[in-house]
Amino acid sequence: MRYEVANTVEEAVGMLGQADRGIYPLAGGTDLLAQIRAGRVSPEGVVDLKRIPELREIEADDGGYRIGAAVSGAELGEHPDLATDWPGVVEAAELIGSTQIQGRASMGGNLCNASPAADSVPALITAGALCSIVGPAGRREVAVEDVVTGPGKTCLAPGEIVAHFSLSRPQPRSGDAYLRLIPRSEMDIAVVGVGVALTLDADGVCIACRVALGAVAPTPLVVPDAAAALVGRSVSGAALDDLATAASAAAQPIDDMRGTREYRVHVAGVLARRAAMIAAERAGS
Amino acid sequence: MKRHVSATIDGEPLEFLCDDGQTLLDVLRDVLHKTGTKEGCGTGDCGACSVQLNGRLVCACLVLAAEAEGARVETVEGIADGGELHPLQRRFLEQAALQCGVCTPGFLVAAKALLERNNDPSEEEVRYWLAGNLCRCTGYDKIVRSVLDAAADLRGDRA
Repeated sequence: MRYEVANTVEEAVGMLGQADRGIYPLAGGTDLLAQIRAGRVSPEGVVDLKRIPELREIEADDGGYRIGAAVSGAELGEHPDLATDWPGVVEAAELIGSTQIQGRASMGGNLCNASPAADSVPALITAGALCSIVGPAGRREVAVEDVVTGPGKTCLAPGEIVAHFSLSRPQPRSGDAYLRLIPRSEMDIAVVGVGVALTLDADGVCIACRVALGAVAPTPLVVPDAAAALVGRSVSGAALDDLATAASAAAQPIDDMRGTREYRVHVAGVLARRAAMIAAERAGS
Repeated sequence: MKRHVSATIDGEPLEFLCDDGQTLLDVLRDVLHKTGTKEGCGTGDCGACSVQLNGRLVCACLVLAAEAEGARVETVEGIADGGELHPLQRRFLEQAALQCGVCTPGFLVAAKALLERNNDPSEEEVRYWLAGNLCRCTGYDKIVRSVLDAAADLRGDRA
């Protein structure tokens, strides 16, 4: 296996585009290197993306954030403003793996590995994140919810990489939250994950909401019905009941060692309710 | 063809030759013979191979050696100050926070990374920080207590 370093996005695209599928992009490596060792993939080469400034930096201005796709979870957590503006995104990214994994694992890798249970993806979706994808045909901007097309599959064409994520500054009185259930308190894969982002008016009435579910379908799910259950209402009582019902109704999970289908459907509603309450509290503070 | 890599390992500028596919763990153990760093699972689950790479705690089994070009690598072998044990090492010994010892270098490196950031962690913070280090002998309590006591030593709370 060959190892190459790309210093610019253009170099990376050139290196990745030269071979058909045998060359893999390397960001934090916490999925790829484990897969290589397990024999699940056998790349001819890898292209290290971590020396490309665009992929390694978090830039903030009045309009929002540009987060490099290879920024690690630890770096996201240490950013002075990001966890204030988008706490749900940061808490989701920080749930991935151990402290050691946090030192390397990136949201770009989490998205492109395309696990149905990826923790940062529902949170990015609810935050309305866009990703900037660069490839042989140029650069395009795609909403995060449109990237994953199936387990292990994305809309990226050969030679394309995710360069950065864009997040706007949140509207006033906005909050987001991500919750997941795992069989123990650390170091496991989501049974269900739920992201909620919402905005309240001055009277505490929800005026905008996005809800996304992870680990309950082949891809992360956007759930407009769950979001609609809150809009125009205060985040309490019957509105939360309706949100939970809609989240459970949208879940299409499988049975596996981490949970039954019935359990996951139920937990999707429970976590949606709790995440919405946390998001509303953050929006009000 | 072998790749030539320059890195600073435990404070010492070193050069080594490796294959592109070799991990940092392979090179530490098999090329540089720094066998203090242990191999457990090899897939990033157990933390036995924990090292700091440019000040970040990572699993050396999930880093390619080639990625270490120009990097600062800190392993368990650099924790003691010459012949003087680090407070973490002393407390682990005093309190028998190890049995077979295979996980111990990873715990020491991970705990040192924590105490460099926070010299007064709560028990809960220690347990969460060390969740990626697995020990099948001790049941963790002695390890956690040793880390808390070493933190107190570093703060100068106790002799």
